[in-house]
Amino acid sequence: MQSSNGRSRGAGDESANVSGDHPDRTPAPEDTRYRDPWYDALASGWGEGEARGAPTARVPAARREERPQGGAEAAADVYLEVQRSAAFQEVRSRYRRFVVPGAAVFLTWYVGYVVTATTAPDFMARPVAGAVNVAMVAGVGQFLTTFLFTWAYARHARLRRDRAALELRWDTQELTRGVRGGAS
Amino acid sequence: MSADHQSLALLLFSVFVAVTLGITTWVSRHRQGSAEEFYAGGRLFSPMENGFAIAGDYMSAASFLGVTGLIALFGYDGLLYVVGFQVAWLVVLFLVAELVRNCGRFTLADVVATRMRERPVRIAAGTSSVTVSVLYLVAQMVGAGSLVALLLGRTGEAAQAWTVIGVGALMVIYVSLGGMRATTWIQIVKAVLLLGGTVVLTALVMIRFHGDLDRLLLTAADRSGHGNAFLAPGLKYGGGWTARLDFISLGLALVLGTGGLPHILSRFYTVPTARAARRSVIWSIGLIGGFYLMTIVLGFGAAAIVGPDAVRGSNAAGNTAVPLLALDLGGGADSTAGTVLFAVVAAVAFATILAVVAGITLASSASVAHDLYASLRHPGGRQRSEVTVARVAAVGIGVVAIALGLLARDLNVAFLVGLAFAVAASANLPVLLYSLFWRAFTTRGAVWAVYGGLIPALLLVVLSPVVSGSPDSLFPGTDFQFFPLQNPGIVSIPLGFLAGWLGTVTSPELPDAAKHAETEVRSLTGAGAV
Repeated sequence: MQSSNGRSRGAGDESANVSGDHPDRTPAPEDTRYRDPWYDALASGWGEGEARGAPTARVPAARREERPQGGAEAAADVYLEVQRSAAFQEVRSRYRRFVVPGAAVFLTWYVGYVVTATTAPDFMARPVAGAVNVAMVAGVGQFLTTFLFTWAYARHARLRRDRAALELRWDTQELTRGVRGGAS
Repeated sequence: MSADHQSLALLLFSVFVAVTLGITTWVSRHRQGSAEEFYAGGRLFSPMENGFAIAGDYMSAASFLGVTGLIALFGYDGLLYVVGFQVAWLVVLFLVAELVRNCGRFTLADVVATRMRERPVRIAAGTSSVTVSVLYLVAQMVGAGSLVALLLGRTGEAAQAWTVIGVGALMVIYVSLGGMRATTWIQIVKAVLLLGGTVVLTALVMIRFHGDLDRLLLTAADRSGHGNAFLAPGLKYGGGWTARLDFISLGLALVLGTGGLPHILSRFYTVPTARAARRSVIWSIGLIGGFYLMTIVLGFGAAAIVGPDAVRGSNAAGNTAVPLLALDLGGGADSTAGTVLFAVVAAVAFATILAVVAGITLASSASVAHDLYASLRHPGGRQRSEVTVARVAAVGIGVVAIALGLLARDLNVAFLVGLAFAVAASANLPVLLYSLFWRAFTTRGAVWAVYGGLIPALLLVVLSPVVSGSPDSLFPGTDFQFFPLQNPGIVSIPLGFLAGWLGTVTSPELPDAAKHAETEVRSLTGAGAV
């Protein structure tokens, strides 16, 4: 199973591979999809049109400067540059705008559950239906919200973040490879 | 227990051992030597395989034996563990899995060391990872011990010790010969076995009650002798404010600890991309969630069918509730079905312990060799010797875990795991989150965050009623108890975060903007990930 998809081992080969047929890049979604060995399996899982959430992110700006200086300093500059690029800022803010409120909500809900269980056992013992009481409902509810959050996160990451992140990855690797003189 | 149980369980267990040893030798036929292979299994597992392996790593004896026992004895309060174990995966999914996969190579320290001065950070993070792993290992060893005690009866003290030693020896063989590849396959086999066993038992419990959950709960409440209080929080953690705080402390430790467990973090490196890491976590959330929902049924089933008194009579901490339940579901100690089911469950539990133990040993040997050894020694013939060191470290960790496991024999397994989670949440999670998300974080902050969580957590455990000053503690004869809670999380987790902040703001060193940029870009895009 592992080697059948022809994925080369190690980041070095991979980026070399990619940059080889990259220069004439137009926004070609299939192109990036085949770069990532797990992408197609992923997109087929939910049966949604992926074009809907297709992010706008690309980093044309980052690739125009080819610097002659070599070594780690230049590579560090590449990372700073990518970090400042609009495309990266967009990916980051999409990630944070989802993750921070999401984490705040589920942690609050969980801590609230634990604190209520300790401070208000009478409330938790109140029967709902038959032997099932509020505590049981809340406990199982924690499971359900966990599944729900998992689904929401996966969907958000797939539709809003993955492609932009992948493009940034190749661009960044190409740039660092450039300044390091071929060895990534 | 009768000789039939014993011999059948031992036979099944021997089959599992033979199969896993076969996997180990088969896997380690060709590739040898490279650190990539040893620590990360070549990084080419599929998300589904890794999802099963993560579930196998996570569904430990603590869940299968410990939590069901706690539910059988204390009803709803045992359920808190299950909820905490499950919700914790959201922290992993949202904040940890993908970013760690992108930034690190083999261990937690890799992620932090990308940004910081390598040596102090590696030593700190390596130390805390090894500590967490050893605590977790002890819990598994105790689980193995109680199973054997159940199988061989109360007289088998020597046999119990020998089993713990045997488990330790096997795990050393798996890890040192097979590395991550063998360990992963063992986890997958074990996860399938454990889920299969749990499904069968749950189905049998539901059949016994004609699919009527309501009646199951009512019968459990009835037999417990506590009535409806059994179905509501408060039996174990009710009463005084210390017990309530303990409950909250445990809850925090469970939900924040998972993201700092070294053997879970190291699993993300066995897949090629961050997206694959995400998908493995999604798989494992599904598997683990299903498993825990079933353990709730099993716990209440044990209370309803076996009865808390019989459970307590067999093992005071409740660790043997599930095997007893299996015996009863099959038709009792004299029936063939009961014997078989009991033997199967005992063998599955053994397999569980063995697999988890192998996973933790591998992760901690990686910490020793990749972080501690590499930082404390002069760089020599690196790659080759690092794997050798890791193999030797696996032996050393095995010995320590065996010794501590024999010492801690009478503690509840789930409770011990709670301690490991508390230490992981205090020492590992703050430094990990700060390095991934905080621009101004510095080396001093990182080192302080680790020690500022690790040392208080361990000190508070030593000063707690777990170690001394109460009839149930490790050293009941002495009393240097000072801290009233059993779980230190509520104090030590904030201390870890506080220490990291304090170390950073008092640090003379300016944060390195370029390194931060590198971490941020790499963590979110996967650029330069190995």
